[in-house]
Amino acid sequence: MTALLEVNDLTVGFGDAAPIVDGVSFCVNAGETLALVGESGSGKTLTCRSVLRILPEAAQLRRGSIQFHGSTGTAELMSLPEKAMRAIRGDRISMIFQEPMRSLSPLHRLGNQVAEVLRLHRNMGRAEAKRCVLEQFEQVGFADPVRAWRSYPFEMSGGMRQRAMIAMAMVAKPELLIADEPTTALDVTTQAQVLGLIRSLQKDTGMGVILVTHDLGVVANMAQQVVVMNKGRVMESGLAKDVLGAPAHPYTAKLFAAAPMIPQVATPARPPVRDDVILELRNVSKTYAMRAGGWRKPVTVSACQNVDLQVSRGKTLAIVGESGSGKTTCARIAMGAETPDEGGEVLFRPDKGAEPISIHNMDRTERTLFQRQAQMVFQDPYSSLSPRMRVQDALTEPMEIHGIGSAADRRDKAAEMLSWVGLDTNMLRRFPHAFSGGQRQRLSIARALTLDPRLLICDEPTSALDVSVQDQILTLLEDIRERANLSYLFISHDLAVVARIADEVAVMRAGVIVEQAPPDTLFYNPQHPYTKALIAAQPEPDINRPIDLDLVAKGAGSPQLWPEEYRFEGMQAPALRELEPGHKVRCHA
Amino acid sequence: MIFLRYAVWRFITMLLTLAVVSVLVFVIINLPPGDYLSNQIAELRATGQVEGVAKAEFLRHEYALDQPIWKQYLIWAGAAPGPQGYAGLLQGNFGWSFEFDRPVAEIVGNALWMTVLVNLAAVLFVYLIALPLGVLAAAKSETWVDYTAGFIGYLGLATPNFLLALILFYYGHRYFDLPIGGLMAPELEGEPMSWAKVQSILLHLIVPTFVIGTAGAAAMMQRLRANMLDELGKPYVDTAKAKGLAPARLLAKYPLRMAFNPFVADIGNLLPAMISGSVLVSVVLGLQTIGPSLLIALKSQDQFLAAFILMFVALLTLIGTMISDMLLVLLDPRIRYGARG
Repeated sequence: MTALLEVNDLTVGFGDAAPIVDGVSFCVNAGETLALVGESGSGKTLTCRSVLRILPEAAQLRRGSIQFHGSTGTAELMSLPEKAMRAIRGDRISMIFQEPMRSLSPLHRLGNQVAEVLRLHRNMGRAEAKRCVLEQFEQVGFADPVRAWRSYPFEMSGGMRQRAMIAMAMVAKPELLIADEPTTALDVTTQAQVLGLIRSLQKDTGMGVILVTHDLGVVANMAQQVVVMNKGRVMESGLAKDVLGAPAHPYTAKLFAAAPMIPQVATPARPPVRDDVILELRNVSKTYAMRAGGWRKPVTVSACQNVDLQVSRGKTLAIVGESGSGKTTCARIAMGAETPDEGGEVLFRPDKGAEPISIHNMDRTERTLFQRQAQMVFQDPYSSLSPRMRVQDALTEPMEIHGIGSAADRRDKAAEMLSWVGLDTNMLRRFPHAFSGGQRQRLSIARALTLDPRLLICDEPTSALDVSVQDQILTLLEDIRERANLSYLFISHDLAVVARIADEVAVMRAGVIVEQAPPDTLFYNPQHPYTKALIAAQPEPDINRPIDLDLVAKGAGSPQLWPEEYRFEGMQAPALRELEPGHKVRCHA
Repeated sequence: MIFLRYAVWRFITMLLTLAVVSVLVFVIINLPPGDYLSNQIAELRATGQVEGVAKAEFLRHEYALDQPIWKQYLIWAGAAPGPQGYAGLLQGNFGWSFEFDRPVAEIVGNALWMTVLVNLAAVLFVYLIALPLGVLAAAKSETWVDYTAGFIGYLGLATPNFLLALILFYYGHRYFDLPIGGLMAPELEGEPMSWAKVQSILLHLIVPTFVIGTAGAAAMMQRLRANMLDELGKPYVDTAKAKGLAPARLLAKYPLRMAFNPFVADIGNLLPAMISGSVLVSVVLGLQTIGPSLLIALKSQDQFLAAFILMFVALLTLIGTMISDMLLVLLDPRIRYGARG
């Protein structure tokens, strides 16, 4: 095995501050994948960007060496002149970035952007470059390469854009590919396909890959070598099977424990009892009319169709789906923030046996009461707290609005809620910027609790957080549910997160619920091909359980390719049928 | 063909807008009580020159000023028959100037083209100065290049136009032998177009262009710099770097293209600002544009002259916005496809 890239004692810092990357060393072999694993702020991105010297202007490469043993000889990348470095970028070493949405220029056609690499490094003419690019497009899985050549990035989905990025990185046949969180912004099924693509390209070309990720499941599926980083230092490194099989360093072990997993279930769960329903969505549909521009007809888009859901008191109902599946629309309708189409209604029972209130036909007093009893926790803790309000003001504001208690009462309540979510009461005088992402999400939860709600709607409350923090927040949500007898409507894209907290799961795809059951039943006996694909696409941190790409491709593809009993065309989805008590699947009889 | 359909649609909306503008212009000019002729009649009566009153009364009837305002508008626009039948804007008849006692077309005539010329030169100046300076200031942000460009820009913004004009005339004449005032040498006025005349006009244009254009150029430069700085931090710039593009080509191909939109969109805003700004400058510099006539017409309620000039300015503005809208559609596929990217 020949070493392709040797990084030794790499140290990077800003200004006079302590280094952000401190003495990192690793070695990538040709034909192998090395995974740089770590949570946000661990320095993994800065490390991989140092290789190509694509760094923020203020960053300094302070110490160490980066030796690249390419086919054209060895180069020391730390001190290579800028011009020689440019010859290596995109040609011998190329890079894929995290956000396919923003990493491509929206003003240039994909063909132009990809062919540019060849025109730069291979001195190719227009026609020859186009031929090579079309070949590459076909290889990365574009069904119609010519159309992809002509397309603008905004005409494509995230997965397709990432494929275009990969084509751009691969078209010059580099010896080393650096992929910086290439699938973090993608849905799980898309992630599985993109990872599969990188792996098969690697097999064809024999290139080395540096894969930067925070997800141990991705590591298990991709890497031969692993480097675990924390706070700029290497915690543990070695062969993937050793590190993943028996993590030696406590930090790695902690990452492992926190990684959400879909459990392997031996027996299905008992069907849920529905004697006390707090929230009920009946036949809820929502269509939007999109105005496409001054001179075109508006297009109607169906965000969700005929959704029937019931949240039992004290339980958690989770809606799981990928982006665009309509799960957030459902949550917004359940909150009363949007009205459903004609014929749908949402009922709320504040107390057991009470007369249900229709959320979209409330009078003023009912609405005020409902707004107290149903609260929401948002996805992004960075933008859901006002940066100009002290924690105390943010926590007491809801009570002020509803005119509850005196100023002293409100302060006491705020302090109490803060201690509930595990934060110290002396933090009341601080501003949100003084808190980490996980602490901010605790603050959001505390704010939602100040009004003593009965129902909490959580819209992806952990997806902006690191795995270890996610784990803590989920534990907190479980504790609070017991303590305050709350009911949750939990929105998530991640089956593994839901596996842990939900009592019942509804899987949504393209606006319809395709399968609904308690999680154990769902994992023991998934029926619908899309559910199977979601489960199969979940990367497990176990190198003996690789992702089954066929299963993913089958279920995540078009409904026309599903097995006969699930197949449909256009909007003519079959009805949701109850296969066994508590387990509903959308299929033909 | 999307673009062609858009162009036609845009042209139709421009005509509609122009119609609305014409109503507004006419109404606003007629808002102050009285009109040129009734003011004159009052003055004649007061000074006892009764024989003039009959002529003024005759003109009032002749130009339909004794009609209700909506009818006056229709007659002026040429959509209703006046005392001379259909003879309004639509028929190419721009009306009569009471102040100068000549047809509006005759007064405005050459000045129209001079106005277009002066302002086009100024717009060109704005773009030629702002584009390189703005890009340079952004690419070399927070270095002496940036600071110098910014300083010159703010100086341009802060100096009053007429002061700048006087300074430039003085020094231009003293050191470069530039002519003072006017848009051509006096002996060439009224002569047919010739090479000597073109040369003379170009020489006379230097100072006015500079005076009218500096403030716009300074503002535009700062806007372009800010836009460029925003774009330079975007991930697609990193992507381009990772391809191995050289800095100058990278800058021109990606961030500049993105930062260009507001730059292009400003064409429409630039024209009216310049024309109204150049009214005063024209008076100070003695330029034969429509600026001075507009000032006189507004002061004396010479309504047909004022209305025609305002309509002309509105037309220029609308054409400017139409051009910038069409350029945007050509430049930015996201607008062309009506999508968000």
